Amino acid sequence: MDFATFLIQTLNSLQYGLLLFLVASGLTLVFGIMGIINLAHGSFYMIGAYMAFVLSSATGSLVWAIVLGIPLALIFGAFLEWALFSRLYKRDHLEQVLLTYGLILVFEQLRSLLVDNDVHGVDIPAFLGASIQLTDVLSYPVYRLAISAVCIVLAVALYFVIQRTRLGMMIRAGNDDRTMVEALGININMIYRVVFALGVALAALAGMLAAPISSVFPNMGGQVLIISFVIVVIGGIGSVWGALVAALIVGFADTFGKVLLPEISGMVVYLVMAAVLLWRPEGILKKG
Amino acid sequence: MSNMLLEGRELHTYYGASHILHGIDFHIRQGEGIALMGRNGMGKSTLIKSMLGIVRPKHGRVLVRGDDYTKATTYRTAQQGIAYVPEGRGIFKSLTVRENLLMSARAGVDGQRNWTFDRVMETFPRLGERINNGGWQLSGGEQQMLTIGRALMTNPDLLILDEATEGLAPLIAMEIWRIVKEIRKTGIATVIVDKNHGAVTSICDRAMILVKGEVVFDGSSDEIRANPDLIQKHLGVGH
Repeated sequence: MDFATFLIQTLNSLQYGLLLFLVASGLTLVFGIMGIINLAHGSFYMIGAYMAFVLSSATGSLVWAIVLGIPLALIFGAFLEWALFSRLYKRDHLEQVLLTYGLILVFEQLRSLLVDNDVHGVDIPAFLGASIQLTDVLSYPVYRLAISAVCIVLAVALYFVIQRTRLGMMIRAGNDDRTMVEALGININMIYRVVFALGVALAALAGMLAAPISSVFPNMGGQVLIISFVIVVIGGIGSVWGALVAALIVGFADTFGKVLLPEISGMVVYLVMAAVLLWRPEGILKKG
Repeated sequence: MSNMLLEGRELHTYYGASHILHGIDFHIRQGEGIALMGRNGMGKSTLIKSMLGIVRPKHGRVLVRGDDYTKATTYRTAQQGIAYVPEGRGIFKSLTVRENLLMSARAGVDGQRNWTFDRVMETFPRLGERINNGGWQLSGGEQQMLTIGRALMTNPDLLILDEATEGLAPLIAMEIWRIVKEIRKTGIATVIVDKNHGAVTSICDRAMILVKGEVVFDGSSDEIRANPDLIQKHLGVGH
């Protein structure tokens, strides 16, 4: 592998890993803090991608689609938490799996009715359409760099909110002892709603950002869901930083696996997961 | 009664099929101190949790300042100036000492902010030394100071301490009692559960004894101390 190829694969790994982090961070928070196994989390990624398609067709730009899509996703997430997920906190995991699996079917059917079952492309915004020439034949698209940049900004913002704000302290405290948070006069249900809505918005944003690269197609949330659960398990349930580290590991393992070990590329990520679990059964970073 | 803070009327609470509280009446006024006594498993913690909405009584009512809070969520009851330090303390282990204190800070019911971060630091100098330590790095005594400090940060009118000194070394327990006395002097009402009957009855003016989910004594602490038989009968070990 020459240096230019290595550089491109490294950038691809970062971009893919960071994008997965957006999906997995919400999944791990909802799993860790509220104890909910949300199989429908991948659907939010799919919904984001379709929002990017529909809204960018309507407004003429992916940027506008994202500007409109994020508040829509937040509202949608808060509504779902209020209407359905708030009823699941005291139920066991089987009931959670039943409801959230049902939601996948509902969301896919709605997608089929409201849009269609075709594969669609989404245009990259014109100002990000360029490529950086690395060698005579190899170049790297600016849009992919932009995705990584947006994800890094969001990861830093998420770090700030969780580590430095009172809301973040309450979220982490809720992870430790829900009843005690309530006994201090804090409305934990409102905190759950905020966290859930945030998780939905991050997953939807990941879908919107990915739409121009991966295109938009039915059941696209399924693959992302499975890989996100792998990240949650590797990183340690409930740990956002664990999810970041794990997402980058998965991004590199998957990308370089495809290049270096094409025969077993589908397995590489799972081999990594197995290795990490043998080494640290509770994930890289348990909590924090 | 205008100065009535917290009341439980005819409380019946069950854990599954077992009947824990058998129609308990409880009340505490502004500034009052109650030693809540009884052997293990007599319903002391359950009574506290029933009034805070952490467990739901099957029958009976809970009133906070005369208003019905029977079905209120725990956080709404707590917002009425009731701070709870549970058995086993319940500090947030993934937060630092500073964060444990800051996350709960708020003004009291009447808007007062008598208890600030700085005042808690003055009251618990040991916490100041460990301010950036994680909750999991604290000793039992430090954890108890932290939960009391955290409760005070909500500027409560009522502080409930369940098993205030359980599992603490005698010297540390003495330090906790000294602090609780100081807190009592500021006029905060307190409900204290502890095995040290001498300490609780000297700090609290009133005492209640629970036996098998019923109140068998509700009177002055002096009366309890004047009647060693009462303690022997209802609280003594070896029965």
